[in-house]
Amino acid sequence: MTAATTASAARPISSVRLPGLAILLVLASAAVMAGLVLLPLFVVFHDAFAKGVGKYLDSIRDPDAISAIKLTLLVASIAVPLNAVFGVAAAWCIAKFEFRGKSALLTLIDLPFSMSPVVSGLVWVLLFGAQGWFGTWLIDHDVKIIFATTGLVLATILVTFPFVARELIPLMQDQGADEESAALTLGAGGFTTFFRITLPNIRWALLYGVLLCNARAMGEFGAVSVVSGHIRGLTTTLPLHVEVLYNDYDFVGAFAAASLLASLGLITLVLKTGLEWRHAGELAANRRH
Amino acid sequence: MPENSLPTADTDPAKGASPLSLEISGVSKSFGRFPALNGVSLQARDKEFLALLGPSGSGKTTLLRVLAGLERPDAGEVRFDGEDFLSIPVRRRKVGMVFQHYALFRHMTVAQNIAFGLSVRPRRERPSKSDVADRVADLLKLVQLEGLGGRFPAQLSGGQRQRVALARALAIEPRMLLLDEPFGALDAQVRRELRRWLRDLHDRAGVTTVFVTHDQEEALDLADRVAILKDGTLRQLGTPNEVYENPADPFVYDFLGAACRLPGVVEDGRLTVADWETKAPKDAPQGRVDVFFRPNEVMFAPLDGAGLAAEVTAVAARGPDVRIECLIEGKTFELEARGPGIPSGVAPGLSLRVKPLRPKVYPARVDA
Repeated sequence: MTAATTASAARPISSVRLPGLAILLVLASAAVMAGLVLLPLFVVFHDAFAKGVGKYLDSIRDPDAISAIKLTLLVASIAVPLNAVFGVAAAWCIAKFEFRGKSALLTLIDLPFSMSPVVSGLVWVLLFGAQGWFGTWLIDHDVKIIFATTGLVLATILVTFPFVARELIPLMQDQGADEESAALTLGAGGFTTFFRITLPNIRWALLYGVLLCNARAMGEFGAVSVVSGHIRGLTTTLPLHVEVLYNDYDFVGAFAAASLLASLGLITLVLKTGLEWRHAGELAANRRH
Repeated sequence: MPENSLPTADTDPAKGASPLSLEISGVSKSFGRFPALNGVSLQARDKEFLALLGPSGSGKTTLLRVLAGLERPDAGEVRFDGEDFLSIPVRRRKVGMVFQHYALFRHMTVAQNIAFGLSVRPRRERPSKSDVADRVADLLKLVQLEGLGGRFPAQLSGGQRQRVALARALAIEPRMLLLDEPFGALDAQVRRELRRWLRDLHDRAGVTTVFVTHDQEEALDLADRVAILKDGTLRQLGTPNEVYENPADPFVYDFLGAACRLPGVVEDGRLTVADWETKAPKDAPQGRVDVFFRPNEVMFAPLDGAGLAAEVTAVAARGPDVRIECLIEGKTFELEARGPGIPSGVAPGLSLRVKPLRPKVYPARVDA
């Protein structure tokens, strides 16, 4: 008690006390959080299990649901590693070298963040769709991109491109190139330097970026919706599967699939918080967002 | 001290006898439109301790990075032991570099940091695990960090980090040691302690060492020879004594210590500054000149003596020294006197004469 009073006496400006208002504000935010976040989350699981666990399991074991889960995992397992590699490469270029057009590249990396995902999907249709620039050529050579897995992967890559790069750039800029230079003077080659110096220094930030990238890749709806064509059991990912079932009035099925996505979100959140808690110092990007 | 780990230098590098090891000729480097180095040529003898001294932006760090191979010069040549150094990539140059902020590998322990240079050698040349461990132990002992091999860089003080960086650079048995502002990030106390220690280490290791600093005291105190750079050009190269006693130009004079400047004229071997006339120094240029002298190298005389007419405006005692602020030729100078040199009865308002003991004369600057 004495410590608290001396502390507040030493800093008179911050000791302005409006206990009533503070409690009111806390309650208000708690209510908003409950209404906007917890309630929907609860509803998802409630409705998924509305007709019992059996029904829930049946909807998940449905062949279309299984194929949607598989497709989602497949798309993410291609898009996320590629974006991790792209992201590291882009961040490496931007953070460790000076070159012309650097800020243009930075802007370009951010583009998917500022663009509607629908547009990110649409560009692929305009390029590779039947009426698109390369449409006739693709049809002639029997290559399917739109309404096929390739299109889903491309759309997902475009939408999730910034996650890894954005997480790494501020951290790598902060770290500078001195450690790499030191490694070179000590006789290390480029690969050794990258794998023994650069990568260990960014591992947690990279994991963090990959986590967010993955969550978005699995949850992406807009871009994927445009290129998918909604062919059941073939080109519907989990988010699209939810929409299809919901439009069919299969609420248990829709919410069961949605519960999987929600669980993915919860797992991501736990891992993300864990990383933030243990490796806050190495996630420099966090503090600047 | 583990004398066996580093051969003792048997030649005195200060003597001109040792052969040239580093020859830099006409090195230029620009970053965009900014010329960082402009035709710099200088040499270092074998086992010499050479300081690159200059204000920020003088190109000294760029030159060091050129030597390390981290920057490629636009023009010029660097030879080391007769070899064309520029054609050797960084990793094969075997230069030990200590970075200004040490650049220790933060995810490795002190021991791993020191062993890094050995562990990245090609398999054939890589020493065995126990040899590496022995070498690390020797180096830790050398830099007086025994028992700290298991720590991470973040758990060390600034001075300790610097010594780890030094041990890491020495581990590869470098042909040349490059130090970028080695004391820059340390506080004054630690800096002075480490200075002598570093000089000792250099003498024992017997490696040609180039170090960058902006602190003239440090350069003069430590180096065998000092290269003074400004705006990417070499202004003077010489022993600390040479450059301090005989600065090549007003910039060097000013940079190496406090300086007082007055306009004057040299004619027929006589130097005239205001109402004071004296014999002109040897090699003094003719005509209008700038006269420089150190504020502590003056003699005070009564008004009827020889020297520049001055009026005391303030007096302050600083330990054994007395700072005497004088008005000479309408300009204020802060002069220093000590012991018997202190004029008797000095107080604001006193008129006296000030005689520079060793005036240096340079051609008058156009902008002056």
